[in-house]
Formats: sequence, structure tokens, C-alpha cells
Amino acid sequence: MSKTHVTTKVNGDEVEFLCDPRETLLDVLRDRLGLTGAKEGCGTGDCGACSVTVDGRLVCSCLMLGVEAEGKEIGTVEGIAQGETLHPLQKKFIEYAALQCGICTPGILIAAKSLLEKNPAPTETEVRYWLAGNLCRCTGYDKIIRAVMDTAAEMREAS
Amino acid sequence: MALDSSKTTGFKYVGTRPNRPDGLDKVTGRAKFGADATAPGMLFAAIKRSPHAHAKIVKIDASKALAMEGVKAVVTRADFAEGLTGEDWNILENVMAGDTALYDGHAVAAVAATSALIAKDAIKAIEVEYQILPHVTDVDKAIEPDAPVIRAGAADASVPEGLHPNVVRYYESGHGDVEAGFAEADLVIEEHFTTEATHQGYIEPHACLGTLGGDGKGELWCCTQGHWNVQKVCAALLGLETSQLRVTASEIGGGFGGKTTVFIEPVALALSRKANRPVKLVMTRSEVFRASGPTSSTSMNVKIGMKKDGTITAAQGIFRLQGGAFPGAPCDMTAMCAFAPYNLKNVHQVGYDVITNRPKQAAYRAPGSPMAAFAVESVMDELCNQLGLDPIEVRLKNASHEGTTANFGITWPRIGLVETLEAAKAHPHYAAPLKPGQGRGISCGFWFNHGGETSVSLAMSEDGSAQIMVGTPDIGGSRASMALMAAEVLGIPYENIRCTIADTSSLGYNEISHGSRVTYASGLATIKAAEAAVEELCRRAAAKWDIPAEAVYWEDGYAKPSGPNAGDHEPLHITELTADMGATGGPINGHFEATPEGAGVSFATHIVDAEVDPETGATKVVRYTVVQDAGKAIHPTYVEGQFQGGAAQGIGWALNEEYIYGEDGRLQNAGFLDYRIPVASDLPFIDTVIVEVPNPGHPFGVRGVGETSICPPLAAIANAVSNAVGVRMRQLPMRPARVLEALESKNG
Ligand code: FES
Ligand code: FES
Repeated sequence: MSKTHVTTKVNGDEVEFLCDPRETLLDVLRDRLGLTGAKEGCGTGDCGACSVTVDGRLVCSCLMLGVEAEGKEIGTVEGIAQGETLHPLQKKFIEYAALQCGICTPGILIAAKSLLEKNPAPTETEVRYWLAGNLCRCTGYDKIIRAVMDTAAEMREAS
Repeated sequence: MALDSSKTTGFKYVGTRPNRPDGLDKVTGRAKFGADATAPGMLFAAIKRSPHAHAKIVKIDASKALAMEGVKAVVTRADFAEGLTGEDWNILENVMAGDTALYDGHAVAAVAATSALIAKDAIKAIEVEYQILPHVTDVDKAIEPDAPVIRAGAADASVPEGLHPNVVRYYESGHGDVEAGFAEADLVIEEHFTTEATHQGYIEPHACLGTLGGDGKGELWCCTQGHWNVQKVCAALLGLETSQLRVTASEIGGGFGGKTTVFIEPVALALSRKANRPVKLVMTRSEVFRASGPTSSTSMNVKIGMKKDGTITAAQGIFRLQGGAFPGAPCDMTAMCAFAPYNLKNVHQVGYDVITNRPKQAAYRAPGSPMAAFAVESVMDELCNQLGLDPIEVRLKNASHEGTTANFGITWPRIGLVETLEAAKAHPHYAAPLKPGQGRGISCGFWFNHGGETSVSLAMSEDGSAQIMVGTPDIGGSRASMALMAAEVLGIPYENIRCTIADTSSLGYNEISHGSRVTYASGLATIKAAEAAVEELCRRAAAKWDIPAEAVYWEDGYAKPSGPNAGDHEPLHITELTADMGATGGPINGHFEATPEGAGVSFATHIVDAEVDPETGATKVVRYTVVQDAGKAIHPTYVEGQFQGGAAQGIGWALNEEYIYGEDGRLQNAGFLDYRIPVASDLPFIDTVIVEVPNPGHPFGVRGVGETSICPPLAAIANAVSNAVGVRMRQLPMRPARVLEALESKNG
């Protein structure tokens, strides 16, 4: 089947790829660009493990086609840290043990980051509902919610 | 002199909460999980699955698939070993159907192609001719006289005569005279309970990358709880020599028991052998639901007699477990765990392992125990309600403790059940007032914990840092715990130790990460391996000082002369001993291998407040407290995490999760949309209390903690809901429609 040429930006870097029109953005990121940080937990938009941002908007990359990335700016977990410096969320997740197996972590970090960009002072309920699309089977969410709330507080203080 | 670093207090590193060593990799997307590996020339595979619950496979025609551009190999059962017996045969039957498809989703063929899309298309082009057979998916229906026999002759010698052939294993134990005991009681309650099959629900689907050549040598990368087991089973299923297959465990995205067996790994290897190229195989979520192991569903009868003062006079339970189309449902463990919290004069328990046309059940966190606790602890709650007694006081009155005889015959060693009950009683949650519409539930839970075959190796580096190789995949922070225990013995900082999960070619045999055994068994082996290294370090110091090795002791990272007779020597730091180790006798390593048998059992008590919406029947858990005996918490944060994770899974099992089969025997909810696991907005914060009653079988007192946390929740939540609505809830899950029905039955 003939493939489509796509030009896009991932984590600030320009990339080009050829893909089958049936491939999802998640397939392209993982199998064509080697960015395996985003995970496929379901492929149907129900788990959030594949979360990325597209032009700043939070999306499930399993629900978007690779060809739709043309001319967009994609953000993945690999682009959250600035060089050696981790994003405050990344630091807090380690400190709070907000991950056990860690498979949900990339998606949750992307989703939490996009929450804090919109709402720097979320309530516990707001954090819980915002992250309701990101399944975690290990933690019971307790330490995840605490890590996000504490990051928000710290970022507010720093700004 | 054998060094013994056993202690239960006075720790420097154990009990602290450092960052985990794999944290950075996991927050940056760098950690490599099962589906994240690639190999040059790699093919992608997909599996063709039966759409029927029970059907003879008349013919498989793959010619159209093989003719497709990019398709490199097709395998069926003919491509696997013949003549297997026992569990190897069962696993092969499950991995790839023989002449009969036994459940909806059973694998019948597989394809490897140059892309995942081509593999998927090729699957559709494989033509399978079936002859449909009668099926049964319900545990009670499967043992009715007219139920179809799923596999004649599957029953083992434990099954008494006269039972339906679908009963494949039978367990019975107890002591005393239950009839006499019931006659002594002031109140006897007998109830029937059911629970549905639930899935472990790990977020990472099964995934592997296999390479196998015509020379019988292979490489396998996969997400598993136990790669030596994968090695052994794959070798058997493919007719290989075990040592010729090297298996590497990837980072693992959850398992909870579901990754203790193999499903796709032998298929990837068979395809690779045929195509002579590496093959990657990843399950879709719907395949995970349809074809990897859920837990058993159950039908249970429990009868308990009690005196007015709360003394239990007798207890009896019958536990029927449905385990899919293969033997193995944990009917024995269910029966054993059922009454474990109680010191009983008269007790009797029976378990039935029943086969049906469903996927082969796999272990799920304390297999069998949560269901048993649901039935037993519900009856306990009802007895307390009807006799007007406090549920914690009654449990304390009857609690098992050191020296009492367990319901399954052993004499309890030092256990911590009473301590968890006392801590629950003292917790502010227990005294907090409830709002209208809310109910409170209490439950105890028990799990055995396990030791198992274990090998660990530790190597000192010249700069005084240490590397540990363990063989138990790290499923929730265990590398941090190993490093903490090694740091304690070596007396060097936690950060100077790197713990790696070794592949099967780099270390001796290790049993699976199951049975809550990792911190106990790999931990014990790590401590022993570190002690062996310390002994060698002491010998090197003794040689430098020219005194006997016995005259040197180890403290805080230093070799020191043990007293005035040993001479006046400046203590030698570990770095001074490792720096020139090549010249003083060679590399300094320590290793330990054994099958430790002192895994301490663990008990827990949970308190739950639930609120029921009378309009919709929906239940919200508003407050949750876990109290559990950890023996000794090596890294308390990750212990809390285990407590919270088990409680959350229990909440899902109690309220939402269930396998739903249609009349046609097909699974109707094979996805996260319709099989709903708890999301962040469903749950409250989960409070934890770590009780520490040291396990005498571990140098630092560790008991496994991973599984016990899921034992009490089903019962605790059911009791909370029952107390909120005023009707005993005897069926799980307590979905809103069921709760509404209960409310309506009460209101007439
Ligand atoms: S993989 Fe995209 S939501 Fe689950
Ligand atoms: S940490 Fe395992 S799924 Fe979230």
C-alpha cells in the first residue's frame, strides 16, 4: 500500500516520516520514530497511556492517525525534561513513589503537565477528574494525586 | 565464622525512603517495557483466535494468508512439541489449540509478517472450519448433571466418585465436630455467595520479542514475572534444551499474578524458527481480556455458629471455583484462607476446581483468598449485627495467634493478626461518625506468602561500590529494597549499590516474582550474599594485619580488629580493601542460593466507609483504611503503595469489575470501556497503617506484603454497603442495578 509523507515537529525537533494511512500517531511515534515513551495500553482511548500533546492539546495518540500530524507540534514524555533538569512533576513522581510499575507514568505526566498549564491551583477533585482518563492499576492513585498537588503548590511558590 | 547480620531494630538504611534507582528512566520514557524492544530484520506477529466458546477445529487453511505480500510464516499446533504431559501440556493446549477450541479467544494459528498491519490482514485471510460443540461458562451450571463435559478424563485422583467430570480437583480439610459445634451456638447463619471473574488488569499488554534459529539457540525478551519459568516452559513447548534459550525480563508494566505463566512467548519463538527472523508479538487489550488469565469466579456456601458473647462454635465452607477450560483454579487456597483468621474448635472446608469454556485462569494477587474472605467475613458481619456485637471485638475474641491451630492444620508461629485488629480499633477512622446513607465495613484477610527457589549474586567494584544481580523481576520498587538491605549489611550508602535483574544466562534459577516472595526471598538471599562478601572483606583485612580472620569484625563499612588480643590496627574502610583486591586474592563477590522456607504469613484488617445513592444504586467509597502486618517495612513508601494498590483493586472487584458472557459463550466486555477498573475520580485517599511483627524466618523480619492487601476489601466493602442499605449483599460486583434491587426488596 502506498505511504504518505508527513512533516511534523516532535518535542521541538523537525521530523519526517512515511506512513500507511491506517497507522495511528502512536504507531508512528513508537515504530517509525523510535519514541517508545508513549505506551499502548488499550488502543481504544480508554487508558491514557498513549497521551501526548498536539499543538498543546492533550490527546490519546492511539486515536489520532499519523498522517494527521502533518504540520503539527507533538509533545511526548521524552520532551518534558530540559536536558539534565527534570520537570518538577518528574521529580515529585520519583520522590512520592507515584509509580510502581511505571507503565502509566508517561501518560500521567503528560496529562498532569497539561492540567497544571491550564490550572496552576487545582483542587484534589479537579486533579482526580482531570486524570480520570489515565488508568493506573498499581497505585490506587493516592501517591499520584499527592505528587501532582504538591508539584502545583511548589510551582506556584516558585513563580 | 559465619557472619550473621540478623536484627529487627537499630537500622541505618532499612526503613528509610530513598528514591528508587529506576525512577529517572521511568519518568523520562526511557525505561524499556515488553513492547519497546526491536531487532534488525524484525517481523510482526498476530494471532488468529476462535470466535466460538467450544468447537472442534475441522480444518485450518492458511494458503491465502501465505500468498500475501510480506507474510513470512504461519504456525499452528503442528509447529510445537508433541508428547507433552502435565502442566506443560495444559499450557501448550492453552497457547495454541489442538483439535478443539475451548473458549472464545483461544488461539488457533499465528502469522508473522513484515508489518503489524499486514499481519492483521493475514489473520483475516486464514480460513478455519469449526464444528460447534455445546458449551458452559457458569460454575454452578458446569456441575449440573446435564452439563457438557469439557474434557473427559481431566479430573485428578483427589476427586471423589460420583461428581460431574467437570470437577477436576477436590480439596477438604478441618478438625473437630462441626455439627456438635453448630448445636452449641446461639445463632447459626448460612448464606450463599457468588463472585465474578475479574482480570488483573495490568496496563501493559503481554509483549515479547523472540529469536530462534535452526541450531536450537534462542533469545527472548518479554514482560514476565518470572523469566526462568518462561525459559523452562518455552523450551518444553518448542522441544529445545532449556539452557540454549536465554530469556531477558523487560521492565514490567504490572502483573499481579497474570504474568506468572506464558501465553504468546512460545508462539513468537515458533514463528521466528519458521521465518528465521526475530519476531515481535504484542497482545491487543481485547486479547488480554479474552485470552490471558482472569481470576476464578466462585459460588460459595458459608455457615458459622456463634454464642451470644461472640465465641464462634463452628464454621463450615464449600467453595466452588471456575478456572476456565483447564485445571488449576485455586480451590485449595480459597478453602485454606477462608477461616485462617480464627481460632476454631470445629471447622470444615471443601473446595471444588471446576472447568468451563472460559480462558485458563491465572493467579491474581493472593489467588482464591479475597473470595473466601468475602463469604466468611460477610457472615461474621451478619452475626455481629444480629447479636449486637462490635465487629472488631468479636474478631479479637476469636483471633488466631501464636500457638493456636489453623483451620488447615498447622500451628501458627508468631503472627500479627491481633496487632492489626488492635491498631484498627485505635484508629480514628473506627470511631468517626457516619453520615446518613453511609455504612461501615470491617474485614480481616490472610495470605500465606512464599519463599521459593532463589539465587542472588553480589560483586564488589574496585572503588568500593557494589552491584547486585537478582532474578526476580522488579514489579513495584524491589530494586530499591534490595539495595537498602545490601547497604545495611555492607555499611555503604544506598546510592553506591546498583541492583540489576539478571537474564537467565547470567544467574542461577529463580522462581517467579509471585507469592509476595521478592522482598522476603530475594531480600534474604541479598543479605546472605552481602554477608559472604563481608566475610571475604574481613579475611582480606585479617591477611593485611596478619591476624586470624575470626579476630576481625565488620561495622559500618569498616573492618575492625575484634579486641585487644587482635592487636592495635586502624580500621580499614571497604574502599581500602577493594582497591587492591586483584592483588590480595582476586575479585570479592558474594552469592547465595537456596529455597528459603521461612516466609512469614501476613494478616490485615481493613476499615471502609461506603455511601450509597438511593436513586441510582451507585456506591462511592468515601473513606478507606488499610492496616497490615509487614513484618519489617524495608522501604515503607513502597509498602504503603502495595497496601493502596491492593485496596484499589479490591474496590474495583467489589463494585464494578466482572467478566460478562453471553448465551453464545462469548465475552461481551473485552475492553477497558466496558470492563471498568477504578479511575482516579472513583477513589478517596487510602490511609495506611504499617504494623511490624517481625518474621523470625527473615534476617530483618520481613513478611511479604503484596498480596494480603487484596484479601479484605471485597468483604469490607460488601459489609459497608450492606450496612448502608440494610440488606446483606451476597453477590459481587455490587453494581448499581444490584444495589437498587436490594433496596427495592427491602422496601417491599
Ligand atoms: S492506548 Fe491510547 S488510550 Fe489506551
Ligand atoms: S504504576 Fe503500574 S499502572 Fe500505574
